[in-house]
Amino acid sequence: MAKMIGDIVIDIERCKGCEVCIAACPFEVIAMSEDVNSKGYRFATKVNDKCTGCTNCAIVCPDGVITVYRVKVAAE
Amino acid sequence: MEEKFARPEIRKPENIVYKRTDLLVDRPLSYCPGCGHGVVHRLLMEVIEEKDIVSKTIGISPVGCSVLAYDFLDVDMQGAAHGRAPALATAITRLWPDRYVFTYQGDGDLAAIGTAETIHACNRGENFTIIFINNGIYGMTGGQMAPTTLPGMRSSTSPYGRDVDIMGHPLKITELVANLPGTYYVTRQSVQTPGAVRKTKKALRKAFDNQDLNKGVSLVEVVSNCNSGWKMTPVQSNIWMEENMFPYYPLGDIKVEGTLVEK
Ligand SMILES: Cc1ncc(C[n+]2csc(CCOP(=O)(O)OP(=O)(O)O)c2C)c(N)n1
Ligand code: SF4
Ligand code: SF4
Ligand code: SF4
Ligand SMILES: [Mg+2]
Repeated sequence: MAKMIGDIVIDIERCKGCEVCIAACPFEVIAMSEDVNSKGYRFATKVNDKCTGCTNCAIVCPDGVITVYRVKVAAE
Repeated sequence: MEEKFARPEIRKPENIVYKRTDLLVDRPLSYCPGCGHGVVHRLLMEVIEEKDIVSKTIGISPVGCSVLAYDFLDVDMQGAAHGRAPALATAITRLWPDRYVFTYQGDGDLAAIGTAETIHACNRGENFTIIFINNGIYGMTGGQMAPTTLPGMRSSTSPYGRDVDIMGHPLKITELVANLPGTYYVTRQSVQTPGAVRKTKKALRKAFDNQDLNKGVSLVEVVSNCNSGWKMTPVQSNIWMEENMFPYYPLGDIKVEGTLVEK
């Protein structure tokens, strides 16, 4: 069976740290940073490698700062 | 900054499955963190992009937090006086019947100062789309009570909660206009979860598709948070919205193809 591997890229300068994406991710891929961006917001960061590229986080993000990548690979 | 869990091997243009549409102007949105206005802006532009109607679309921005929508939505836009977007949209659709016209309005704009314009445009059956962001409050001006504020809900002008004996009942203007003959499609959606976002996008697409039929107004209400006005974090405000707003403003289609949906 094929398996999906995904990745997200977060525009951290545009992220406002609202945390809405965290609740939307089925695999707890996202958490808030310790650092802040130049606006003073903590920002979303990837904290594990379980992303499947489902796009949930990106479509709920009010600021549209997440880009999602996905590839299909044969499961080993 | 170094990213610990990056997968550079799949970060290639051909593997992109989601990115912000270029029809949103490349500048930060002026909304508070977590505000639903941003999601609806993006969905609206995605629909216009996918329907390939950029050069044929004219939007009307309101007065309210989304007053600057014309700075973010990369289509032709006009700004209307507070509440008057449906009157301006009427003029534009009648002058250019081949254009796709939408208004984008908050609850203070659409259901308070603009009630007359809303009702009469809906009753006349003008051929445009109304996008109605109901956050139960005047967000922009500091969280005053709106016609849509829930019974018992605190706002800066109902600090002890809305007392319906003194302040009247919340207005379900969406149900009200659904009962007018000039509306063709009336629905209530939300954008706080991935599933809800997908449904709202479908509703917006249907509203624009309806304009090809010239059968009257399509109104898409989006129940949305005003986390600043409600004085909650964005995540708390979405939970509060599900628990308190949705029972009073139930989600789903209210009128489809000119016929009221039986509940
Ligand atoms: C003629 C006029 N009256 C009053 C105002 C003040 N005012 C600005 S925005 C607003 C209400 C906005 O609330 P809403 O439409 O719900 O938008 P939100 O900010 O919540 O998205 C009011 C009363 C105004 N700008 N013009
Ligand atoms: S794309 Fe899906 S799995 Fe990946 S981080 Fe976003 S929500 Fe999580
Ligand atoms: S939803 Fe968007 S803006 Fe909010 S924390 Fe996540 S990435 Fe940042
Ligand atoms: S005040 Fe409310 S409606 Fe306005 S941007 Fe902030 S959260 Fe959104
Ligand atoms: Mg409002």
